[in-house]
Amino acid sequence: MSDRVLPSTRFRTYFDVTGDDRSGLMAQVEAQRQRVTSRLADVGQVAAVMSGKGGVGKSYVTAAFAATVAPSIPGGCGVLDADLKSPTAARLLNARGPLQLSDAGVVPARGHAGVRVMSTDLLLEDAAPLRWREPEAERFVWRSALESGVLREFLADTDWGGTGLLLVDMPPGADGVADLGAFVADLRGVYVVTVPSPESGRSVGRTMRAVSEAGIPILGVIENMSGYLCPRCQLPGPLFEGNAGAELAKRFDVPVLGRVPFFAPPQSDIPQIPGEVAGRMLEVLA
Amino acid sequence: MKFLCIDCDVQMDYEDRRQPGDGTFAAAFSCSACGRRIAMLANPMETQLVESLGVQIGGRALAPQPMELVRSSIVGRDDAFDETESDPPAKPRWTPESRARLERVPRFVRSMVRSIYNQWAKEHGIETITPAIMDKARADLGLEGM
Repeated sequence: MSDRVLPSTRFRTYFDVTGDDRSGLMAQVEAQRQRVTSRLADVGQVAAVMSGKGGVGKSYVTAAFAATVAPSIPGGCGVLDADLKSPTAARLLNARGPLQLSDAGVVPARGHAGVRVMSTDLLLEDAAPLRWREPEAERFVWRSALESGVLREFLADTDWGGTGLLLVDMPPGADGVADLGAFVADLRGVYVVTVPSPESGRSVGRTMRAVSEAGIPILGVIENMSGYLCPRCQLPGPLFEGNAGAELAKRFDVPVLGRVPFFAPPQSDIPQIPGEVAGRMLEVLA
Repeated sequence: MKFLCIDCDVQMDYEDRRQPGDGTFAAAFSCSACGRRIAMLANPMETQLVESLGVQIGGRALAPQPMELVRSSIVGRDDAFDETESDPPAKPRWTPESRARLERVPRFVRSMVRSIYNQWAKEHGIETITPAIMDKARADLGLEGM
């Protein structure tokens, strides 16, 4: 190391230089957000469906709720599948491409009960994983920015028209909900889906806490796979041990919106939840 | 991001940008007081990080296309978007050579690329899109690989 002391250079730093950056980057970001706001101005309400872990049937509950209530909601229902890597909503709702482009944006596919759907499932080859064009190197640095950007464009560039209720099927975890909350200022809230097991309860509870701390309302808990209905006698039977739905509801002081039994074998191609569950999910939006 | 000419204590102005096709990005800035010019040279990771945000150094030259980040970033199926133009614009006209070149763009993103060239040509008063015009637009807009 040299003992030589370099003369210090005095210069102003970012906030000292009062002019806007010459690329208008903040203005560009603000314009992106404004596009989301403008698009959603015609949408009645936006609510998210989330869980803390995969495999609890969150997408099934989302699709079933949408298909059940769409006919009774002015403007119908839309489902934005934000689970970019494991998209299932389009398939569950039997929504297919190709997607049409119009002056108003990308026209969403239509599924059961006319539900409007936007999903990476409509964009990817069958059974192909989500892959990015960008080089693999240092992908970890920018991947989450891209994922957030895709969510933003699904919100802003899909022609949701006058959809009455837009449901956003979130990927497991809380990060996506926080991103959604940043884009959708008047996000009505979040439905939480769990299965009865204690393991699911612990995982979902962590996510609920993160959502709660982010100031996003939790609308209630749906306990999925809450027993099963015997296909012969139609009587309920146990499937998982535990009571995670009620425990989470009590802990976060939110209602249990319903228990959805496991339907086996499927009784219809259309995802189904009990009408009273769909009704309570709708009531909490009022 | 701001660039300051320390000697003049003046914020430098954006001049031009280049995307040579190797994943990197370059932007030139100049000082309005002394005329000094510098180039910001970004490596592929830095370039990608900025692109992932859906913003453009130097500002946007054209209005954003619907789902441009989705269509330019995801490896998607060829038939994801309906390529049929129900009412194709009369202008600009595409030469057979430029059409052939456009055909080489993956279908997933092709209609968006065509729309970008059309929009750029319209804004520059160009009536016929040739491969040379495509090169010019690509350099101007930073349409790497398109």
